[in-house]
Amino acid sequence: MPIGPPLLQIQNVQKSYGATQVLRGVDLRVAKGEVVTVIGPSGGGKTTLLRCVNFLESYDNGSIMIDGQEVGYRDVAARKRRSERDLARMRAETGMVFQLFNLFPHLSAAENIMLGLTKVRKLSRREARDKALHWLGRVGLTDKADRLPSELSGGQQQRVGIARAVAMEPKILLLDEITSALDPELVGEVLDVVLSLAAEGMTMLVVTHEIGFARDASHRIVFMAGGAVGADAPPREIFAADQPNERLRGFLGRFTAAHRL
Amino acid sequence: MGYHLNFALIWRHFDKLWSGLILSLELAVVSIGIGCVIGLALAVAYVSGNRLVRGLIAAYVEVIRNVPLLLLVYLVFYGLPTVVDIAYSNTTSFVVTLSAYAGAYLVEVFRSGLDAVPRGLIDAGRSIGLTPGQRLLYVRLPTMLRIALPALSNTFVSLFKDTSVASVIAVPELTYGAQWINFNTFRIMEVYLVVTGLYLVTGYAILIGLRLLERRYAIGR
Ligand SMILES: Nc1ncnc2c1ncn2[C@@H]1O[C@H](COP(=O)(O)OP(=O)(O)O)[C@@H](O)[C@H]1O
Ligand SMILES: [Mg+2]
Repeated sequence: MPIGPPLLQIQNVQKSYGATQVLRGVDLRVAKGEVVTVIGPSGGGKTTLLRCVNFLESYDNGSIMIDGQEVGYRDVAARKRRSERDLARMRAETGMVFQLFNLFPHLSAAENIMLGLTKVRKLSRREARDKALHWLGRVGLTDKADRLPSELSGGQQQRVGIARAVAMEPKILLLDEITSALDPELVGEVLDVVLSLAAEGMTMLVVTHEIGFARDASHRIVFMAGGAVGADAPPREIFAADQPNERLRGFLGRFTAAHRL
Repeated sequence: MGYHLNFALIWRHFDKLWSGLILSLELAVVSIGIGCVIGLALAVAYVSGNRLVRGLIAAYVEVIRNVPLLLLVYLVFYGLPTVVDIAYSNTTSFVVTLSAYAGAYLVEVFRSGLDAVPRGLIDAGRSIGLTPGQRLLYVRLPTMLRIALPALSNTFVSLFKDTSVASVIAVPELTYGAQWINFNTFRIMEVYLVVTGLYLVTGYAILIGLRLLERRYAIGR
């Protein structure tokens, strides 16, 4: 279901840690407004791929373009990295939400959101605070604006994490298993926020173990295993009984058994 | 037991101890202040510097930490003026020495604090587009300070006690005050008991103050 030209274009990305190749030539496209979920067994390279898109990790080969601009290199062929300043500017265009929230522990919920707005987007403190409060309202946490992360539940922290990323108005949002560190009863409140963003047309690349969420919320599901894309199709095809990819069928079978979906 | 404790003479000279205590605190505060600047600057230089910078800083830390403070005090006060043309008062000489000494210990405190800042926080800073300098200023240093606070408190109390070494070059701090009273009254036990009490109470007060600060700024888990 392509909605527009590719906003994110990943081509033949390869990455090794020492002798272990973690990404073996990954190709992936995400169109503007599209929600693409990535599923697959642990250790398959999903986190690494997201971190490459944000250039939290460099990649050895291939290219990652966002809105027509190469993410980490000013010269891909010669592997010339962008300057740190340039990288910072590029990273501000992609929002990332982390499995372990990674909120700044010394800043309140509102200040966590304001930091990027004041230092990167150069808003005044007042404008930044208004914007932070707006986004805290969107994730249902207006009354927690001045609380420190340590005073919030996991689900609340993760909603602040989402607000912090979205408030920067990124072109694409990257979510890395954002509910897997949460108690089961807190998962819903976080997924609801993600669903509402998706409904508004936010472009997202979502790594998740919530197979039900992947099935219901995404335009396309990408199955990643062993550092490569094993399947890339709309949910209907991924879950089809005659799914040709044996490994994917096995993965879904184990998953369905484990979660009694 | 033929010895009777008699504190009367001590109280008569208590002003010597009091002014000594004040000077001890001043020496500690100034040296810790300068030491913190040295420590912070070198810790930041260490984590962002090349091999040469790291080597030089490590050498400074190792030398200072493996030489007794007493010897450093002698070296700076008696030794240095014989080779280079400088003149300074006992007090200045001691402050220079204790600052350099404090700096070496504080580099280690700050450096291990910076190392202990969770990687995820730095990643979060990168992902919202902070430059390396902004990450240092707004993420790494504030987090590090909170992590380092307990170690910092212990170092501060230690350095306060170390000011007593200044007595060997006749800086009129608390321990020197005690010796002065000894010479003039020979109430040795009484003097040292009172001075011990003063160090104890002051050191403890500093510790409690810092612990309160820790509780206020501790990173909740
Ligand atoms: N910093 C790293 N150093 C070395 N190996 C790593 C590092 N990060 C991840 N890996 C390895 O890369 C592989 C893929 O990891 P990851 O991208 O986290 O997979 P997933 O998110 O799909 O579980 C794993 O085998 C993991 O051990
Ligand atoms: Mg992962």
